[in-house]
Amino acid sequence: MVEDRPLTSILTHFVLILGVIAIALPIWITFVAATHDELRMNQVPLPLWPGTHLLDNLTQTLFGAGLSGSQGAPVWLMLLNSLAMAMMISFGKIAISLLSAFAIVYFRFPFRMTCFWMIFITLMLPVEVRILPTFEVVANLGMLNSYWGLSIPLIASATATFMFRQVFLTVPDEMLESARIDGAGPMRFFFDILLPLSRTNIAALFVILFIFGWTQSFWPLLITTDTSMTTIVMSIKQMLEAAEQSPQWNIIMTTALLARIPPIFVVISMQKLFVQGLTETDK
Amino acid sequence: MVSFYTRHSLHAALMGHHMLKRVHFPSSPLPYMLVAPQLAITLVFFIWPASQAMYQSLLIEDAFGLGSEFVWFENFEVLWQDQHYLDAFLRTAVFSVLVAALSMGTALILAGFAQRVVKGAMFYRTLLIWPYAVAPVLAGALWVFMFNPTLGIFPYFLEFVGVDWNHYLNGNQAMALVIMAAAWKQVAYNFLFYLAAMQSIPNSVIEAAAIDGAGPGRRFVTIILPLISPTTFFLLVINMVYAFFETFGIIHAVTQGGPGSATTILVYKVFNDGFVGLDLGGSAAQSVILMVLVVAMTVVQFRYVERKVEY
Repeated sequence: MVEDRPLTSILTHFVLILGVIAIALPIWITFVAATHDELRMNQVPLPLWPGTHLLDNLTQTLFGAGLSGSQGAPVWLMLLNSLAMAMMISFGKIAISLLSAFAIVYFRFPFRMTCFWMIFITLMLPVEVRILPTFEVVANLGMLNSYWGLSIPLIASATATFMFRQVFLTVPDEMLESARIDGAGPMRFFFDILLPLSRTNIAALFVILFIFGWTQSFWPLLITTDTSMTTIVMSIKQMLEAAEQSPQWNIIMTTALLARIPPIFVVISMQKLFVQGLTETDK
Repeated sequence: MVSFYTRHSLHAALMGHHMLKRVHFPSSPLPYMLVAPQLAITLVFFIWPASQAMYQSLLIEDAFGLGSEFVWFENFEVLWQDQHYLDAFLRTAVFSVLVAALSMGTALILAGFAQRVVKGAMFYRTLLIWPYAVAPVLAGALWVFMFNPTLGIFPYFLEFVGVDWNHYLNGNQAMALVIMAAAWKQVAYNFLFYLAAMQSIPNSVIEAAAIDGAGPGRRFVTIILPLISPTTFFLLVINMVYAFFETFGIIHAVTQGGPGSATTILVYKVFNDGFVGLDLGGSAAQSVILMVLVVAMTVVQFRYVERKVEY
């Protein structure tokens, strides 16, 4: 701060704390809901302070019947499905983007720019604008209700390809020259030099992609009908529908809590990489 | 979502420095094998479905779904005469502008204060970025719960000030609820970009203004705001794209487009007409219009966001 005036300083913190409360309030209220029993969660006004039933709710949600009357998959299986989908999307995107960026930056070959533009076009085609035909393709390939169907259609990535292209362009030419003098072929150069040099970028991208993968709900909703393939995020939607008949908010909000812990943990614990992944520009 | 990386890459490509290394490997089958996975997925899951959508938008299926007739642009003509579609267009515009304004405004104010507390900025950042990690559907669920007409904590308090809250019946309240939920989720992203932009302004510029007698408020308006205007523009496009396309999950969880069609924005209508209403030609035509919108937004972004601020 340029000048130091206690009054402005107090005002600054006051506004910021107010902001934090406003932003965190939905998270807090739903956390509180996960710590009370069903009876309390049906009395107005709802509690604003945590109760003592968090463990009961967690056990019931994770290993017990879950939401009563639901024929859905157990919540631990949903968490596993979400994890598998998020991991496959993150690693898939990173792998194919690394390879295509390597090809585009380090090789001169016919149709190089055609490849570049085709990858670029994916930016302009979010799944929401090509829902039905994409669904048909996945159905025709027999990929409905499978991990492949959940992840593969989402792993093409112009953004990741361009990011790695940017990173590779900063690698000095001398690296390649000396690698070639030492007799290293392209793949050797890729694995021994480029990959280690892009380590931080890969990690930063992984954080972003993990959240991207974990929070998908539209796509899984379309292509999974088998309850054993339900992801935790899409189960929330089904529980909300069930809630219109018999509100078991303690269980729904415990599930919601479980659904957001992994990505929030990733964002908070790898905050530096997360911010780098989001905002890094000129490299 | 179009990131900073992409902008720079495309800009470089457009400007002609075509990103090949001066020293590179000779042509061989290898580069084709390297790009093959990416291209295969792009072709099968992006370009082919998109072209199918374009083709289907020119067809009308008969009532039994047995045959279809090629009708040129009739589906589009029908859409332009359909009051429901035009309403959805207007509704989407209002929704997007309000979501962008609310989330960017909040983020701007918070970042403006956070960058003043040099040491505490990172602490506040940690507490403010959580919503980014919450899935849209989940964000919807949190807000539905808080605003549940019989049990929710907010309707309970709103009753004291004479507001009868029921977003299942009241279209405007339903719209307000999805706007708040959508904006809440996006505040974290906007905050991070605003904070980064403000922190990159050299201290000397701020100090010079302070020496000239400009107070914190004055400096914010006359120095900081103009200097971060490229970020504002970038975020505006990003937020519009977000509101147009990525809020599907929120709307699906909170209102399912209702009551009536009070919260049916364009993306939701494509889904509803296609999957629920099974109007394939009409849904495909809507998809094509959305594609044109995304292309337009992307072009605007690349065309105008490039200009960098010189300090």
